[in-house]
Amino acid sequence: MAEPMLKPPKIAISPVDWMRRNLFSSWYNSLLTIVVGYLVVTSVGPVFSWLFFEATFLGTDSSDCTGTGACWLFISQRLNFFIYGFYPDEFQWRVNIMFGLLAVCFVPQFIEGFPWRKWFGLFGLTGLPVVGYFLVPGGSFGLEAVESSKWGGLMLTLILAYIGIIASLPIGIVLALGRRSEMPIIRGICVVFIEVWRAVPLITVLFMASVMLPLFLPDGMNFEKLMRALIGITLWQSAYMAEVIRGGLQAIPRGQYEAADALGLGYWKKTGLIILPQALKMVIPGIVNTFISLFKDTTLVLIIGLFDILGTVQSTITDPAWQNVAIEGYVFVAFCFWVFCFGISRYSQNLERKLDTGHKT
Amino acid sequence: MKKQTTESRPAGPKPWYDPRVRSLVFQVVAIALVFWGGWTLVDNTLSNMENRGISTGFGFLKETAGFGIIMSLVPYDATMTYGRTFFVGLMNTLLVSAMGVVTATILGFIIGVARLSRNWLVAKLALVYIEVIRNIPLLLQIFFWYFAVLGSLPSPRQSVEVGGSFFLNNRGLYLPEPMTQEGFGLVWGAVIVAIVAVIGLRAWAKKRQLATGQIFPTFRVGIAILVILPVVAYLSAGAPLEWELPALKGFNFAGGITIIPELAALWIALSLYTASFIAEIVRSGILSVSKGQTEAAKALGLPGGLTLRLVVIPQAMRVIIPPLTSQYLNLTKNSSLATAIGYPDLVAVFMGTTLNQTGQAVEVVAITMAVYLTISLLISLFMNIYNRAVAIKER
Repeated sequence: MAEPMLKPPKIAISPVDWMRRNLFSSWYNSLLTIVVGYLVVTSVGPVFSWLFFEATFLGTDSSDCTGTGACWLFISQRLNFFIYGFYPDEFQWRVNIMFGLLAVCFVPQFIEGFPWRKWFGLFGLTGLPVVGYFLVPGGSFGLEAVESSKWGGLMLTLILAYIGIIASLPIGIVLALGRRSEMPIIRGICVVFIEVWRAVPLITVLFMASVMLPLFLPDGMNFEKLMRALIGITLWQSAYMAEVIRGGLQAIPRGQYEAADALGLGYWKKTGLIILPQALKMVIPGIVNTFISLFKDTTLVLIIGLFDILGTVQSTITDPAWQNVAIEGYVFVAFCFWVFCFGISRYSQNLERKLDTGHKT
Repeated sequence: MKKQTTESRPAGPKPWYDPRVRSLVFQVVAIALVFWGGWTLVDNTLSNMENRGISTGFGFLKETAGFGIIMSLVPYDATMTYGRTFFVGLMNTLLVSAMGVVTATILGFIIGVARLSRNWLVAKLALVYIEVIRNIPLLLQIFFWYFAVLGSLPSPRQSVEVGGSFFLNNRGLYLPEPMTQEGFGLVWGAVIVAIVAVIGLRAWAKKRQLATGQIFPTFRVGIAILVILPVVAYLSAGAPLEWELPALKGFNFAGGITIIPELAALWIALSLYTASFIAEIVRSGILSVSKGQTEAAKALGLPGGLTLRLVVIPQAMRVIIPPLTSQYLNLTKNSSLATAIGYPDLVAVFMGTTLNQTGQAVEVVAITMAVYLTISLLISLFMNIYNRAVAIKER
């Protein structure tokens, strides 16, 4: 379609006009604006002065926190613990490499037109876990082993969320295909699996993984606590993943299935070449959204005794060396999670607009 | 015709290319795998439990529990059975879920509507609320309310006091408890009569409107009946209601209704968190009603309030109900985070203390999971029935 010859004229709105239209359009709107505005102004002021103006940023221990504001020393002094947990200082470069690779793989996804960004993303989904498998626990290639009980903080949170998603994706695909299968028994098994896991809270799953998994396994075979939690999270998450992917499978028009049949493709070729590529592309935003909720839910592992970022902060708050720093700790964790989740959700909304190929009505 | 084709290709496809044979084989293999896996698990579990000396079966439910629970809706003390602890935990889970569902719905609808307000300030404030709250883990919010906010309240002796009947301190919120006296049955009777009268009034008003076209102010008259009748009954029975006030005895309060801080923190956090999701659902529901509907209502001469009640809301509800259901389910499941702050819900009492004391992990976990499964199946069943009632009836 040709561009219109003349662009529509810009409507200039003066600030007064804008306020009249958006804040004081009627008497009750004016009243609402004044009341809400008053509340916002009176509450935002003290919050900001607590957060920044009266807060303590410099010093070494809790005796330096004399101001009436927040004591950010608590965060800066214990930051190493919040990020790495008990991971030994001299090996932290290994974790830093993983953080760096993670950034290299996923920051380009936010930048339009970055060269080979698809390949960066693909490496993040496939190569990165392999690198991490050797680098973080160590024990091979001359790297000293670090037990998983020493992992903690932000690093553990990222590991749980990342592995949870990567491992649940293939299981979810299989379950979703199974649920759409024409074989009643396969379908039944998948439906029961999905619905049972979706109905129970993650915390019961984690309890089950930490208490019952040792009972299920034959004698002499056992996993570490972190591994048990990961198994629980993966099984639970794969049920959610299956439902997201099923949404994509259902959104593919029937004609696509029929066309594949007409071309004489068998089930696996039809699924692998025609259906899944379209369906997966369509559900990327949904997958990202489940990732966000899983990322938030990883905090639950502190209940079974793993030290994720909230767990490390929670255990430091009760440290007698620091007094009354609970709010600072929670604000810090909240900020970390908020930045991740808000950033990713914005990205997924953006993606949703871009990937909209008009299949959805 | 059919016979001819089979005769012309007597061999048919090879059995391993025949889709029916294939699907049969696949399913048999799948069943075999499931049974083999299940049997291995059961076998391992039984031999492991035997090695560790863990008893099996549900007999433990009849044994004495021997531990106290800080809050229970049904009478409970340490001499009662594990079966009773299960019941206490279940009731506490249902209590906090029900409270959370009510407040989250109210708050969510208010914020969702505020998000669409023409008032810029209100709309932006609602947006900030939604984006902040839903991107922060629920467990963190529960901790914040429990440890940072409610934990910093004064001790019972320095309680915050309102009019000598409401007390707030770090042991909880104390409210006066209504004690019904003799003759209160009359008030209940009046309430029932009022409800019946309002239902009758509605039927009559509708009939009259269909016959004559005149609209009767059912809503206002109905509210008046619902308020006036019980009040009259209450006064004529001689005000048969007394309030038991909480009072400081020793180091703590006694009497009245107590909302323990664990319950309060969980309730606040669950409501605020779920409300942010419900608000987005409500917003998308209202936006899904096309503008033409409102314009058509206007063209028919419906006033604004009626347009909202008769045209917009019924259509928006259709979009809102299914995701709202899953939010209710999420809230119920999330209430299990209670165990992190020690609110005695099902997971904390049963999967926590009972499991630790009896060691019968399999039975306890199975019962707990079955409960959540039942709750979620029941909620989705009811919501499906409701959904069917409000769905578009295409003729």
